[in-house]
Amino acid sequence: MKGHLGTRILQVIPTLLLVSVYVFCLQQLMPGDPALVLAGEERDPQVLAQIRAELWLDRPLPIQYFHWIGNVLTGDLGFSWRIRQPVIQLIAQKLPVTLQLGSMAFLIALSIGVPMGILSAVKKNSFWDYLANGIGLAGLSTPNFWLGIMLILLISVHLGWLPPSGYVPLSEDWRQSLATTIMPAFVLGNALSAVLMRHTRSAMLTALEQDYVRTARAKGLLEWTVVLRHALRNALVPVVTLGALELGTLFSGAVLTEQVFSVPGFGKLIVDAVFNRDYPVVQGVVLVTATVYVSLNLLADVLYVLINPRLRNA
Amino acid sequence: MRRTLFAASAALLAALPLVAQAQDFPTLRIGLADDADALDPTLGRSFVGRIVFASLCDKLVDIDAKLGVVPQLAAGYEWTDSKTLVFKLRPNMTFHDGTPVDAAAVKFSMERHLTMQGSARRGEISTLDRVEVVDPLTVRMILKTPTSPFLATLTDRAGMIVSPKAAEAAGKDFSLKPVCAGPFKFVERVAQDHITVERFDGYWNAASIKLGRIVYRTVVDPSVRLANLQAGALDMAERMAPTDVDAIKKDSKLKLVTYDGLGYQGITFNVGHGDRAKTPVGQSALVRQAFSLAIDRTALVQVIYNGMFTPAVQAVPEASPFYAPDVKVPPRDVAKAKALLAQAGVKLPVVVDLTVTNSATQQQEGEVMQSMAAEAGFDVKVRAMEFAASLDADDRGDFSAHLIGWSGRADADGNLYNFMHTGAPLNVAGYSNKDVDGWLDEARAVSDVAARRALYAKVAQANVTDLPLMYLYINKWITSMSTKLDGYVPVADGIIRPQGITLSK
Repeated sequence: MKGHLGTRILQVIPTLLLVSVYVFCLQQLMPGDPALVLAGEERDPQVLAQIRAELWLDRPLPIQYFHWIGNVLTGDLGFSWRIRQPVIQLIAQKLPVTLQLGSMAFLIALSIGVPMGILSAVKKNSFWDYLANGIGLAGLSTPNFWLGIMLILLISVHLGWLPPSGYVPLSEDWRQSLATTIMPAFVLGNALSAVLMRHTRSAMLTALEQDYVRTARAKGLLEWTVVLRHALRNALVPVVTLGALELGTLFSGAVLTEQVFSVPGFGKLIVDAVFNRDYPVVQGVVLVTATVYVSLNLLADVLYVLINPRLRNA
Repeated sequence: MRRTLFAASAALLAALPLVAQAQDFPTLRIGLADDADALDPTLGRSFVGRIVFASLCDKLVDIDAKLGVVPQLAAGYEWTDSKTLVFKLRPNMTFHDGTPVDAAAVKFSMERHLTMQGSARRGEISTLDRVEVVDPLTVRMILKTPTSPFLATLTDRAGMIVSPKAAEAAGKDFSLKPVCAGPFKFVERVAQDHITVERFDGYWNAASIKLGRIVYRTVVDPSVRLANLQAGALDMAERMAPTDVDAIKKDSKLKLVTYDGLGYQGITFNVGHGDRAKTPVGQSALVRQAFSLAIDRTALVQVIYNGMFTPAVQAVPEASPFYAPDVKVPPRDVAKAKALLAQAGVKLPVVVDLTVTNSATQQQEGEVMQSMAAEAGFDVKVRAMEFAASLDADDRGDFSAHLIGWSGRADADGNLYNFMHTGAPLNVAGYSNKDVDGWLDEARAVSDVAARRALYAKVAQANVTDLPLMYLYINKWITSMSTKLDGYVPVADGIIRPQGITLSK
């Protein structure tokens, strides 16, 4: 187990280096000169040349890359070309927002998706199964931005129960913070709960047909003990894999939902940065997101072993 | 003893209202359509940045609702000759850090615009040769050549004066905590979320400020801005969607203010910029005239923008002192368009490659024009392209026709010179006409408004014939606000000036 973990941690380093090269190169493929975007409406050739020189855009690509990655290794992610704030500061502002929103959405998804999946597998082809499937399908096929706008109109404009958009940090006022994030978290969680429900259902169906389940039933165990202690534990492995991947996606920002609810998270940061060709921000955010993603996968590996001890020797 | 106490508390109570503090005034929450860029008058390039600057940084001069130049930090100005502009500053003004606003600060700020690396102002004031301090309240600006639009340039970021002490201390980081002489001082910024500013009690015109704080919130989606207004989470929002105008009018808690802007939307034809100019529409003015006649501007604006914008064939709005009343929007005339195409002797259908930005409305605009122009014998191919990529293509001359706008400047020169003068930086059309160059140069050299108007009228007339730029409509500002808000004065530059705005509870 320890050796396995050690190897996995060592694998993280080349993965992240590869990501850094990848994101750097992909950006170069984007049409549009960053200096031209930065210069705004007045495109004075002298100013353009100045901008290129200041941002190292007039040097060869490998030199630009090593200049950037060298700074990154010393903990300096550079500064945003557009708003002139240090990238690390921008990330520090956005990361808590995205983590909070992502965690809340994930909790909502888990608390809806997994129980619904279990229920529909256990009560296969019953009314409950169809109902859970119906809710799941609706969740999957409703576009986030539409659901978001509908919720704002209903809950904020007509009923006046929650603020329509914006964000208040948890540290400032936790009640307001929950009030501003609950709607976007629900929108995100709703879509994810449908995915989790479908996966839990199919994994549970497979597990319930296994021999050990039949044995457990033959031992005369209570049905719910069989379902929750024997079947669910095995069925959870693929759900954990999926959950970790989806959580990673949530933590990399939710562009449309953030846009609709004006939540200043990662999604908005990176999209704005791409459109403004604000390379340091794009690179910094992608690197941080990749780190979060890789860490979550590592965590999933540890969780497998905890759920299924047989993997301990694998 | 009791009497003394009573007298003391009475005196205290009487004195309290005299010291107006930020918390005595309401907070105004404004919804902005984008996130501002660097909050440094020398580096700033975004439109919403200018809205925030209106509360942070006063300018030497400003424009009023009639687009006339009025004093702000300067008590007055005078052209002593065609190359020398003298400003007299108001006495006893201070920056947010308590240092005085004087002639030395003006000289420092102007030189900062000219020399700071990455300055976005350099091109705008490149005609400025030097700045001289005459006395602490008098400053003289000497230009390289006679340039009358220079004064209007100072009504925007180029005329904003920053605290030399704060700017020197902060260096490149000045935008993280700007220190100017505007009615509000900077409090905090969370990128893409909000910028907060607070009343500056030492403002030279503090009596005009009835707000304690302003929170500028970035709410990108126009329907979400509207929902925020309706729910009372915002007091005011800029650039509402034309399609939301009816909903705003129906809401008893909201007010709607619409007015012509300074900017326009139009099609830039590549008439002489590289190989892509070698198309019928690029080579023949008759073909472009036919295209213009085939488009019904009023119907276009009606279909896409709910009739909110003003159809136009010139670069300046009617409110401008440089508007040419004789250059009118022609009615759509398909028969005449066909006749012009026949006269040009081109093969039908005439293919027009039209680049549009990949937004829903721009694409619809392109498609509506596609169907209108088809009736006259054009085959318009609408190509959607991301904005930054389209700018790049423009600069390389890799386009045939581009549907693109300009945010507009107070002086007509800012809407015309750089687009139409031979070799000017924004003349991506590759247009070159000796007469037009001469008129544009002359309009810079003279300062008499009537004389300049006559010159710009000639330019507008020439454009209708040559059509390197086919104007479609003048943008309108659609601003909505709570009925509790009063005193807002709309100005064509679309900037929300906090002076005079009141907010009742």
